[in-house]
Amino acid sequence: MKILVPVKRVVDFNAKVRVKPDGTGVELASVKMSINPFDEIAVEEAVRLKEKGKASEVVCVSIGAPQAEETLRTALAIGADRGILITGVAELEPLAVAKALKVVVQEEQAQLVILGKQAIDYDCDQTGQMLAGLLNWPQGTFASKVEVEPDAVLVTREVDGGHQTVRLKLPAIVTADLRLNQPRYLSLPNIMKAKKKPVAKKSLEALGIDVRPRLEILKMAEPPHRKAGVKLTSVAELIQKLKTEAGVLS
Amino acid sequence: MKALLLAEHDNITLKDATARAVTAARELADEVHVLVAGYECRAVAESAAKLDGVAKVRLADAVAYQHMLPEPLAALLQSLAAGYGALLAPSTSVGRNVMPRLAALLDVMQISDMVAATAPDTFKRPIFAGNIIETVRSSDATKVITVRTTAYRAAPRCGSAPIEPVTAAADPALSSFVGEELSKSERAELTTARIVVSGGRALQSRENFQKFLEPLADKLGAALGASRAAVDAGYAPYDWQVGQTGKIVAPDLYIAIGISGAIQHLAGMKDSKVIVAINSDADAPIFEVADYGLVADLNKVVPELTAALSKA
Repeated sequence: MKILVPVKRVVDFNAKVRVKPDGTGVELASVKMSINPFDEIAVEEAVRLKEKGKASEVVCVSIGAPQAEETLRTALAIGADRGILITGVAELEPLAVAKALKVVVQEEQAQLVILGKQAIDYDCDQTGQMLAGLLNWPQGTFASKVEVEPDAVLVTREVDGGHQTVRLKLPAIVTADLRLNQPRYLSLPNIMKAKKKPVAKKSLEALGIDVRPRLEILKMAEPPHRKAGVKLTSVAELIQKLKTEAGVLS
Repeated sequence: MKALLLAEHDNITLKDATARAVTAARELADEVHVLVAGYECRAVAESAAKLDGVAKVRLADAVAYQHMLPEPLAALLQSLAAGYGALLAPSTSVGRNVMPRLAALLDVMQISDMVAATAPDTFKRPIFAGNIIETVRSSDATKVITVRTTAYRAAPRCGSAPIEPVTAAADPALSSFVGEELSKSERAELTTARIVVSGGRALQSRENFQKFLEPLADKLGAALGASRAAVDAGYAPYDWQVGQTGKIVAPDLYIAIGISGAIQHLAGMKDSKVIVAINSDADAPIFEVADYGLVADLNKVVPELTAALSKA
């Protein structure tokens, strides 16, 4: 079974983001970029499945700017076998990404696609579900446990209020939640080895899909900042403030 | 314009998220229908019919919808989509699962986590862990939207809409339900509670969560939450996590105990009306968003707070 793992290059989770002065977008110049943390978990899960003998090959794909090759190298250092880099448009909407991934899934004849549940930049939480819809495959989103059976995959999902387990017929789509696994530490030898692994380069145009944006970004702005309040000295004072000033306790 | 809203429920009770999403749907549509899809869920439809602003409840009662699996639900919504300008769901684990699949089936780019509709085609939504609000205009004929329900008030229960049965769509039968483990709690639900008591790594153990936070939450009738660090350390269950990738809450009162306040945590609670922070580190970032701060040892002041509330 071949597993495909899409990975996205995003602003690092620790970096401070700012809106461009004209409000048209996010200031990305000299901001640290990393692999989307949920995608890193997805790669780790795919590699573990291969190590357990459940998968034959792990292929990673990234769509975006040429620098996304660095993101693919990170995935290869975790243990993916090869990469596919699709460039042409730097920023794509999830629907366009899902359409591009559908072409890759069909070309690669992948049986399982594991994605991060959301990218931490635009927080859309859409691509995996959209890809499942386009392929008419079952989907196991927000996975905290994945077990591969001969013709199915058993996915434990994090849902509001607890966990749900579903059985998906293969081929299937899984999206990784935070606690699916703890990605391994990247060792220097593996980072070196990853540099030699193959990365095929393709143009987005060659996929022959419609990637025109459906959403026009009119404005980006920072939300109103909360002002820091007061530091109190005692529990009695806190209770009094909550009752009289804030009016949230009766 | 007509809108169809997917109801959030457990086949027995309608969740408050639906009442809030009705308010959101009315922001962009002049006629709102609610779809109750489930199994033996007539009571839920009756409850939805009482929500003010709902013109009609459509009830799809079939075993295929019992566990809200996304494949049959998206197929059902697709079969009902004609005639609606917008299809919405609250941004719950069900809504976030089903709606993007539906959007792809309809060839539409979804609006995730809408917090405001400034026109029927123009929406505001938080990005980058809520650090930026983007305003987008959709050119799709049908809008597919998930609603961040903390941004809306619940529609009052004073209506009486008709309930109309709808035929189940063909079930793609791609997945099946195996089981579930839902936390049974007498406490208020985290995302809709009026008061949330939330603990961080400084609690130092699962026992301390029980010892310090539970009595306080019981006293206040509050829901319990936790920071990612506390959940990672095993002090609290996964579904208590408040933050960018956990639950988004906006209660009247949020009490952060032993939480330092990473931006990912703030993303999940900074829209709370009043924030109280209790932390021994005076420089913790949580104090930058807290209305009231107590720089103190939680082991001492939390029991003191619980005791003082018992006396009052």
